[in-house]
Amino acid sequence: MLSFGLFDRAFLRRVAAATEAEYRYPVISEECHSELNPYYNPARRQYDGDRLLHHLPYCTKSDYLKIVGLFRVDLYIPVLTYIFGQAVLGDRSAIVSVYRLRNELYGLKQDEGLLLSRTIKEVIHELGHTFGLIHCQNLACVMHSSTYVEEIDLKGSAFCSSCREQLPVMPISP
Amino acid sequence: MADKISILIVDDEESVRDSLCNWFIEDGYSVECAENAKKALQMLEEKDFDIILADIKMPGMDGMEMHRRIKTLNRESIVIIMTAFASVDTAVQALKDGAFDYITKPFDPDDLSHLIRNAAAQISLKSENEALKRRVTTLENVEDLIGRSEAIRKVLEQVENVAQSNSSVIITGESGTGKELVARAIHANSPRKYFPLISVHCGALTESLLESELFGHEKGAFTGATFNRKGRFEMADGGTIFLDEIATISPKMQIELLRVLETKSFVRVGGNKEITSDFRVICATNRDLKTMVKSGTFREDLFYRLNVVNIAIPPLRERVDDIPMLVNHFIRKYCTSMSRDLITIEPAALKQLEKFEFPGNVRELENMIERAIVIGNGKEIRLKDLPLGREVRDSTVESLEELEKKHIEQILDKYGWNVSRSARALNVDRVTLYNKIRRYNLKQKE
Repeated sequence: MLSFGLFDRAFLRRVAAATEAEYRYPVISEECHSELNPYYNPARRQYDGDRLLHHLPYCTKSDYLKIVGLFRVDLYIPVLTYIFGQAVLGDRSAIVSVYRLRNELYGLKQDEGLLLSRTIKEVIHELGHTFGLIHCQNLACVMHSSTYVEEIDLKGSAFCSSCREQLPVMPISP
Repeated sequence: MADKISILIVDDEESVRDSLCNWFIEDGYSVECAENAKKALQMLEEKDFDIILADIKMPGMDGMEMHRRIKTLNRESIVIIMTAFASVDTAVQALKDGAFDYITKPFDPDDLSHLIRNAAAQISLKSENEALKRRVTTLENVEDLIGRSEAIRKVLEQVENVAQSNSSVIITGESGTGKELVARAIHANSPRKYFPLISVHCGALTESLLESELFGHEKGAFTGATFNRKGRFEMADGGTIFLDEIATISPKMQIELLRVLETKSFVRVGGNKEITSDFRVICATNRDLKTMVKSGTFREDLFYRLNVVNIAIPPLRERVDDIPMLVNHFIRKYCTSMSRDLITIEPAALKQLEKFEFPGNVRELENMIERAIVIGNGKEIRLKDLPLGREVRDSTVESLEELEKKHIEQILDKYGWNVSRSARALNVDRVTLYNKIRRYNLKQKE
């Protein structure tokens, strides 16, 4: 898990631990200091998610099975006004931004617990796509599609049995 | 549902195509992309897509033009127009041209998701509607007209020929031959099949009631007419009216009916407003209308107006070959409706059914099978379950000698050719039985 920007270490540890618990793969957290300016679109005042996703594998020298980039900036893809995260089905990389997961953006009271919960769900969700999972109809499954933040809160942070069956065999015990 | 829906994305910008493609793949849709309208149209020649997302501004042919071409290809695809420039005029034009919706780039993820969900719901409704239409067709299909005999084939052929026309039809046949089934089959195979088939049993109604039933009535037209009521002709608008037992209608009603058939317009009882209705008439009778015309009890002009096509249904005794199929059909029908296991019929019972006269025709056979299933042993229909009485018909008249020979043979078989026991059963002495065996040259079967 590569984090871009200033994140609380405890926050990152918790996200990594929750992801590791769900996937039963060891999750390593790395801080990344890449310059994000080249990905900034001044017209939209957002960062290009597609290009960041392609750039992500070059941000680490390690040969990780999957890479998820965690950002603080507002992400977009050309055709959408914003994204919470992005991944290419069956690919190696995924990205997630906490920018639109914060309650403050919607005029609500800051809630770090909720932010952590939303971030965990989005990281697990986007990584799920890299393992070939598509959106799930099960409302409680973490792979259920969420286009607005309340939908993230409604779903759980775990895979439903059907999605879990599609994941590769996990190498470590929980 | 989602994994069955196919989407074609048409946009000249690679990043848009890729983003949308990725987005829809994650949702489980089947997605293909085209970089211009020309390629999209080529792809549409080879394959159908449920939803087409087309950019309005593309080099060469634009999205609006492509949409018009898609419509001329008579494709059922739902077209959603995308544009980077929000313009009410183009949006209105796209919708006027039949586009499903219009969306401005960049889309809000929720709007896009909502739009595709709506389109998917429309596709689902459409396919459900088609399935229901097919189901309606099946329900009213000719499947109840069972038989492979030449006689029933001829009827089915006539049904097929006459269904597509608007001509009036008279169906003749004995009671219980299935005249209403034929009328339903004609209606179900006609272009009017999605409109109602209205049946009126003319014989069951008095003249005044029939008049009110056929033409409807206005409130206060007679005692008890407390509200306006549509008549059957009015209800049959766009569809078919089936007049059963047409021979029973009174001379007054015959005149009224003739007028309605000629003008396709009528006035409700107690009303003064002319009502028009587009219906097709199918009549049925078990009487010989020609004879009635000759005797003056049925109007000649009405007869010729109705008798454009005549379908005569043969009685069951003239299509004995169809009895086994009909029996199996009714066994299936009633076992299913009574939630019982499918049963069979013993050969002897079937043989007797084939010899039965069936004055009540198919209806009588149907009732007989239903009764046999109810009172039977739940495994097979036995001869004793069938109320065949004495109406079993035998094609050959047997002599007394022939009957005696058969009877002796049966008794001998029953007692394993033990002559003493057989003679006792026949109430004759052994010598007489030996003489009879010799006389009829009876031999024990191997």
